Amino acid sequence: MTKVAVTLNVNGEESEVLIRPADTLLDVLRENLGLTGSKPGCLNGDCGACTVIVGKKPMKSCLMLAIEAVDQNVTTIEGLTDATVQRAFVEHFAFQCGYCTPGFIMNVHSLKENHPEADGETIKSWMDSNICRCTGYEEIEAAVKSVLYGGQEHHKR
Amino acid sequence: MENIGDSVIRKEALEKVTGKAKYTHDERTKGMFYAKKVISPYAHAKMTAKDTSEARKVKGVRAVITGENLPLIGEEVRDRPPIATDKVRYHGEVVALVVADTPEVAKRAANLIHVSYQPLPTVQSPSHAIEANAPLVHENVAEYEKDEGIEPIPKSNISNHTKIRKGDIEKGWRESEVTVDESFSFSPSDHTAMETRSAKAEIKANGSVVIDTSSQAPFMVKKLMNDYFGIEVGKVIVNTPLVGGGYGGKASVQQEILAYIASKAVGGRQVEVFYSREEDMITAPCHIGLDAKVKLGATKEGTLKVAEIVYLFDGGAYSDKAIHLSRAGAVDCTGPYKIDHVKCDSYSVYTNHPYPAPYRGFSHSEVLFAFERTMDILAKKLHIDPLQLREKNAILPGHTTPTQVRLNRSTIGHVPKCIEKVKKLINWDEGELVEVNDRIVRAKGVSCLWKTSTIPTDSTSGAILTFNEDGTVNLMSGVVEIGTATKTVLAQMVADRLRIDVRDVHVRMKVDTQTTPEHWKTVASRGTFMAGRAALAAADDALTQLKKIASTILRARVDDLDVGNGRVFLREEPSVGLEFKDIAYGYTYPNGNAIGGQIIGRGNYILRHLTELDPETGKGNPGPEWSVGAQAIEVEFDRRDYTYKMLRAASVIDVGKVLNEKSARGQVTGAMSMGLAFGGRETFVFDEQARVLNPRLRTYRPIHYGEHPEYIVEFVETPHIDAPYGARGAGEQGLLGMPAALGNALSTAVGVPLRQLPLTPELIWRTKEGIGE
Repeated sequence: MTKVAVTLNVNGEESEVLIRPADTLLDVLRENLGLTGSKPGCLNGDCGACTVIVGKKPMKSCLMLAIEAVDQNVTTIEGLTDATVQRAFVEHFAFQCGYCTPGFIMNVHSLKENHPEADGETIKSWMDSNICRCTGYEEIEAAVKSVLYGGQEHHKR
Repeated sequence: MENIGDSVIRKEALEKVTGKAKYTHDERTKGMFYAKKVISPYAHAKMTAKDTSEARKVKGVRAVITGENLPLIGEEVRDRPPIATDKVRYHGEVVALVVADTPEVAKRAANLIHVSYQPLPTVQSPSHAIEANAPLVHENVAEYEKDEGIEPIPKSNISNHTKIRKGDIEKGWRESEVTVDESFSFSPSDHTAMETRSAKAEIKANGSVVIDTSSQAPFMVKKLMNDYFGIEVGKVIVNTPLVGGGYGGKASVQQEILAYIASKAVGGRQVEVFYSREEDMITAPCHIGLDAKVKLGATKEGTLKVAEIVYLFDGGAYSDKAIHLSRAGAVDCTGPYKIDHVKCDSYSVYTNHPYPAPYRGFSHSEVLFAFERTMDILAKKLHIDPLQLREKNAILPGHTTPTQVRLNRSTIGHVPKCIEKVKKLINWDEGELVEVNDRIVRAKGVSCLWKTSTIPTDSTSGAILTFNEDGTVNLMSGVVEIGTATKTVLAQMVADRLRIDVRDVHVRMKVDTQTTPEHWKTVASRGTFMAGRAALAAADDALTQLKKIASTILRARVDDLDVGNGRVFLREEPSVGLEFKDIAYGYTYPNGNAIGGQIIGRGNYILRHLTELDPETGKGNPGPEWSVGAQAIEVEFDRRDYTYKMLRAASVIDVGKVLNEKSARGQVTGAMSMGLAFGGRETFVFDEQARVLNPRLRTYRPIHYGEHPEYIVEFVETPHIDAPYGARGAGEQGLLGMPAALGNALSTAVGVPLRQLPLTPELIWRTKEGIGE
């Protein structure tokens, strides 16, 4: 299949990549750009491990073609540095094996950007797109709430 | 300074929140090839032809492998072709591999392979498998090469039979005034680690085989590559970086074998075998299913007298770990109770289902579901409170287990204390059933639990500590970091013993079987025990060396020296001493003379006094200790539509000693969540031809955020004297009683006994209304 050269803007840097039009954004991030923080978990949009932020919204990068990301700003886990969400996940022990963690963090980061005052139902509907198999979600819930409510939930547990 | 028990943040935390943590599939090399599997769409069929001609023509295809001339493999019975040749025995079985330059080409070519199948009648369950006229999954089961003590029954689907004979069954029944006889069943399901399995293999010029794999058992891969293919163990090098969840599933060896076969077919070039989610669910080994019959006898006052049990484990298409799983189910075939007369027949049975791997708890949650449901049914018949019945019969030091091990204060945790605590935590005295309105009821259910490990009697673990020139330490252990934070806990132990800050213990996360000391497998909640003992021994060894060199320099006897704050000093006059950094790389005198050298501490541990089980009675000592606990759940059940909400789930686990509070709690709540998923919603759905209808996370749906109950966790600390700081296993226990507790709560809520898993609203409705499938 013929490859095409496109320019992607990922984590604030422009990169020219040679891709097949059929390549998913996840594949190109991992294979062409070496950004392996976004994980393949199901390649079917069911688990959220590959979540990145496109524009201002979270997107499962396995469900999007890389070519669709041209002219859009893509942020991956590698694009976050010492973000509040990252700190909260560490402090609250909100991961074990860590495989789902980048996807969760990107989703929560985007939730915070879009709905900093999100209520329980909104949080639940956003978080429903990701699966964590190690924790019982208790620690993730604590981390998410600590970020969204400015730490008010932090001392509750 | 943080210490034992404190919630030390895991060593690899920053890697994991920044996306820098590397898992097996994240590391690629230029020029490697990619393999794609062709899998069987049938659960049982003869293959009459494999046409690979079109696939071979695709540009970029380097090899097409159809499985001829490969040895039969399997851990206890060699019954499994790595790639099926004559017939397939489960849906998802590998029938061919394509190796190509890119994953896309491999996949395209794989789609062009045409296999002709002649479907055969399928074996749908273990109960079906033992019927007289059931189809045979393996025609000549007795002819396979196998380990000593394994006895398949010729011309049957039974691959092994474990017998437990304790006391006098006839006497037990004579002494019983009230009896129950109950049956339970559930189908296989899946571990569903978020990281799917993958492996890479490469064969070097000198014949060394280098395998990178997402495994809980890299050292087992090394051993099996020798067993199966005769490669010298020293020439098998297995690398395992961080693993994205295992839960037992990655303790089986499968992807490594395929990667090796693929590499061999292309002259030893590195080849990756990556599992799609669907392949990870059905091709790779799954979570075992079970058909169980439990008969209990007790006096009118509720003293248990006898247990007679039959477990038919769904061994799937190939034995591998199934026999061991069925043996473990026999070892702890009852709950944690004093029962003088126990008979258990535990069978591993072939079916046309995916074959099983270990699953967190290694058969214990499975048999506890059957046993602890029966306990509730017995309590009801006796008109005794179910918690009281458990308390009355709780196993104690001085009592014997089903395999006739006499327990002491170290080898068993405190069951009555766990029961007492869980009773308060779930507010048991409020009543098992509370009517909220004409539609909604709240109901509670409980379960006790126990577990020992049944790993080989000679399992070992080793640890190495090397010092850096600044006096800090590097820790190397063969434990795989699968998410349990075991390596952080090991660092806490080393820091405590060396009396340095835990930040000064650097942990090597990656395991490399050539340079990392062996840890048998990262399974069975034995990491902190075995690797902990090894790490402490290594720390002691390092301390001896540090004191020895300090003794020379300080001109003082070794036994006059002590350590603390990174120094060796005189006990009597602590201001006289040397910092670790001045002696960890040898000591240099002012004139340039030097003595000593880099301090390298080494330690190992091997299990003690364990025995094989007697083939006729099961008598034997399977594991170093039994950890115990009690669990409860409260549900809100809707009598109109049969749905329910899990409100609160409580666990009291006797962990011996809490080593890292938040990590320990996380292990327990995570395990509880997994147990509730197994009990409440997860199963493979098979069609009438034993094909799995739901091998994806949209149709096989684990618990998502917001669907979990409130977790209540407390610990009891009854020390296991042999273990570091007295700590017992803690990685699996939170799962073990949850399916039974959920079953008990819902049976109370609905008013009819529920005997199958998962407890979906549909199952509850069918049971209540007496509607068949």
